Amino acid sequence: MSYTILKTFQFHPLLLHPTSILKRRNRFLYSTTTKATQTKVPTSTQSKKLDKIPKDYEAVIGIETHVQLSTFTKAFCNCPYNYGSFPNSSICPVCMGLPGALPVLNSKVIEFAVKLGLALNCNLAFDSKFDRKQYFYPDLPKGYQISQFDVPIAASGFLDVDIPLEFGGGHKRFGITRVHIEEDAGKLMHTENGNFSQVDLNRAGVPLLEIVSEPDMRNGIEASEYAAELQRLVRYLGVGNGNMQEGSLRCDVNVSVRPIGQEKFGTKVEVKNLNSFASMSRAIDFEISRQVQLHSQGQEDQIVQETRLWEEGSQRTITMRKKEGLADYRYFPEPDLPSVILSQEYVDAIQNCLPELPEEKRRRYEKMGLGMQDVLFLANDKNIAEFFDATLAKGADAKLVANWIMSDIAAFMKNEKLTINDIKLTPEELSELIGSIKGGIISGKIGKEILFELLAKGGSVKEIIEKKDLVQIADPVEIEKMVDKVIAENPKQVEQYRGGKTKLQGFFAGQVMKVSKGKANPGLLNKILLEKLNSKS
Amino acid sequence: MKMLSTLPTPRSTLSRFSIPSTITTFTSHSQTLPQASLTTSPPHSQILSTRHSLLSRNLSAVDLVRSHLTRLRLTEPHLRSFLHLPDDQTLLTQAHDLDRRIANGEEVGPLAGVLVAVKDNICTSDMPSTGGSRILENYRPPFDATAVKRVKELGGIVVGKTNLDEFGMGSTTEASAFQVTANPWDVSRVPGGSSGGSAAAVSARQCVVSLGSDTGGSVRQPASFCGVVGLKPTYGRVSRFGLMAYASSLDAIGCFGSSVADTGILLHAIAGHDRFDATSSKQEVPNFLSHFDSTSSLESKPLKGLRVGLIRETIEDGVDAGVVSTIRAAASHFEELGCSVNEVSLPSFSLGLPAYYILALSESSSNLSRYDGIRYGNQVYADELDSLYGDSRAKGLGSEVKMRILMGTYALSAGYYDAYYKRAQQVRTIIRNSFKEALDQYDILISPAAPSAAYKIGEKKNDPLAMYAGDIMTVNVNLAGLPALVLPCGFIENGTAGLPVGLQMIGAAFDEERPQSFINTCKMGELLRVGHIFEQTLENGRFVPPIVADSVE
Repeated sequence: MSYTILKTFQFHPLLLHPTSILKRRNRFLYSTTTKATQTKVPTSTQSKKLDKIPKDYEAVIGIETHVQLSTFTKAFCNCPYNYGSFPNSSICPVCMGLPGALPVLNSKVIEFAVKLGLALNCNLAFDSKFDRKQYFYPDLPKGYQISQFDVPIAASGFLDVDIPLEFGGGHKRFGITRVHIEEDAGKLMHTENGNFSQVDLNRAGVPLLEIVSEPDMRNGIEASEYAAELQRLVRYLGVGNGNMQEGSLRCDVNVSVRPIGQEKFGTKVEVKNLNSFASMSRAIDFEISRQVQLHSQGQEDQIVQETRLWEEGSQRTITMRKKEGLADYRYFPEPDLPSVILSQEYVDAIQNCLPELPEEKRRRYEKMGLGMQDVLFLANDKNIAEFFDATLAKGADAKLVANWIMSDIAAFMKNEKLTINDIKLTPEELSELIGSIKGGIISGKIGKEILFELLAKGGSVKEIIEKKDLVQIADPVEIEKMVDKVIAENPKQVEQYRGGKTKLQGFFAGQVMKVSKGKANPGLLNKILLEKLNSKS
Repeated sequence: MKMLSTLPTPRSTLSRFSIPSTITTFTSHSQTLPQASLTTSPPHSQILSTRHSLLSRNLSAVDLVRSHLTRLRLTEPHLRSFLHLPDDQTLLTQAHDLDRRIANGEEVGPLAGVLVAVKDNICTSDMPSTGGSRILENYRPPFDATAVKRVKELGGIVVGKTNLDEFGMGSTTEASAFQVTANPWDVSRVPGGSSGGSAAAVSARQCVVSLGSDTGGSVRQPASFCGVVGLKPTYGRVSRFGLMAYASSLDAIGCFGSSVADTGILLHAIAGHDRFDATSSKQEVPNFLSHFDSTSSLESKPLKGLRVGLIRETIEDGVDAGVVSTIRAAASHFEELGCSVNEVSLPSFSLGLPAYYILALSESSSNLSRYDGIRYGNQVYADELDSLYGDSRAKGLGSEVKMRILMGTYALSAGYYDAYYKRAQQVRTIIRNSFKEALDQYDILISPAAPSAAYKIGEKKNDPLAMYAGDIMTVNVNLAGLPALVLPCGFIENGTAGLPVGLQMIGAAFDEERPQSFINTCKMGELLRVGHIFEQTLENGRFVPPIVADSVE
């Protein structure tokens, strides 16, 4: 049993990760796995409690997300940032906090913040500023973090999310409290024996946007879908790579539980160390059930304001630190940086250059008549959506293109572990291929063969058809000749057919198709074949 | 004011200045002085005359450096102006190089052969930069401060790093972690601070000009104590890049010289926008060097029409009587030069001191967080992180610095922020506006640079509030971000030589909104022009301390 559960968990990341491959034939499979994930949390007592959540208790979840911006240089100096580079190889007096060094704002940071602010439907602060958040830690070179305190660059927005069908579907709107700019800290590297720690300041000064949501989420799935949508947005806008494993997208969630009907929030617990959407969803569900259990046992006083760590190995949250009152960060305005004044022209220019965002894309695809499954698959990955749109732009039919992408192309990518950008097939050729089938130039079967060649080797549909002489045979006279040949060569089967074994029609059709090297128009072939087989009886 | 009442009253100073409700002007108290004679030789520009000698080959740079080293050997043991001196050979090599280039007829920079001392809180890549603190003992920055870089690029020779109160926190240079600097006019007295080393070095001719930093008067007050010219430029005029931050919104790198011309030439060299300092101004630096032409062309009333406002609050009770009479004499001199002089009241003047200390200490508590012993500077070994921080800072920072960090931390703490920091910012706005109003009516404002002349070493060491109160004349200028020039204008009797008294001249800031405006682009130049004329026409206008009087022609 435990093995199955483990397998389920391993499979789970694929479901939520936008680049994952969802195949139609998997639909049944993973709706069952989903059920398993929701109910079969490690101990059986908890699974029972979980079932009770909707009835008696309600969870309230808010999320703080840190998005690393993919600017060429850091927020306040000229150092580039590349994940995984040699420790302290990308540092300078400014990001090391040397005496006398001063921060100078990278204007790209403001541009990216405005982009995301607009995409999150926020009100922008046309006159914002930077503040210093002060605390001591070895990864914080200056002893303060440059951040934004009372005037965030964007506030009061929302994010629209489509919950996947397998999680119940539906459209949700989650509020955004604020978006502010800050700089990242370095990293501490602890030695094995614990004698000392080392500091890597490569990441110090990398620009971040902190996005604080309203406490609008009610379960793990909603929370992870919110985060996934945020990741999508970041990627669509090109402001960051949103990679959770590299820490380019980091989510801290606040979870509290209250009896249904109670207005006051319960005591909130912060959960950290969520390295994937799947662990986020599971960590929240675990935390909810933990809190509900305490509630239902009359021990809600044991829910204390604290930071808990998600342990991937044991699939549970553990106490990291209890909060003893609120930390005093002694914020005050950063005197080294002038205030940030946005002009309407500047904002308008950015607004006008915003790409089509995931939500708009999904609504557009929906209007084309695509099912939600297709809509989500296509729109979830920016590159797939671009491929899809480019194919449509060449005149191909939306539903047909969606089918090709979601079936054979997706399968190919999955088997070869490629992304849509890696395959050799271009949107132009996919459109040409679909057109060729629709126009009767080639058969669907030949089309598939050509597709795989295009996927693996590239080239053009026309060239392949010409080179391999694959044009469909739609000349009745030619097909009739082939039918005659097959009938003449198989007298025994003809006799059987005419003796009532009409199932043999398939055999004849196959033989004719073989003679035509698969090029015969199937409709014509069957029509002529039937005529011939039946006429002489 | 609630803010004031929550602070212990620093003796009489805060209440000393009454707060009149409006700005009023009075006709000048016109004390008749004997007509200034122009027969005493005024200070000339050492930079210009040295340049002339070098280019006409009457003097070699090597000789220049040799005589500098000789004087340094005579004076430095008494004064202790420098925390670091490069070895003789380093300076001689640079001098040789310059002589060779002049001999080859190569172009040399406007500061060629100018011996420049640099305050030790300004970073130099080829010399230690400690900020006067143990925590940075032996620290060598990997870069030159922008001001130092420009000095070097224009041919200046850096002759050493000067002593200061630790991180600029003090008014006597006694708070240096390493040594106490003496005043060249009387070695039992302080040179002022925090740029005491830079002021003493210029005063004792241990260098031609020097760089200092001025957060609340740290250039102007020691200039006054040491009888030299000190200039605090408009905030943003000189890049702060490479200046160890004390209070970022108030800090300015300033200049010392033995004449207004030399001081102005140094300012011209280091001023201008710097892409490494986001608060540096993009305003073009006007060419004000032509103002320093010879005085022979001066008319009888060279400052005719100039409106001078004498800030009344700076010559009231609590200010040394000798200082007041010297400043009044200076005011009369202005009248003789054709100015109209009136007293002007700045009602918010006395609010400046508490507001300044709250803002400066708040910012400093943050700016000094980086001295944690982790990445550079002295680290005390400890088993735990908190002890490493605590012990490194306990051992590395001096008591004045610790006190200021504690007070600043307190002022920024939750629950106190509004009562202190926010309130002080409001006061700052009031002060800025009241200066703007006064400078609409007057071309320059004048005041003493300090309430007294130099006092004895140790005299105020255990009375920080008395020392803080001494900053009353200067802190408002930093709060308002204005340029101010201090130049010696007379003496207070003290034994044989007397102690110099500095006159502070405050000008309007350039206007960021109207860069093309003639008036605005000339503000700093105007201040220097007025100072230059004042200096060149002042009777007994030569201020050479006895310690070097024999060797200065």
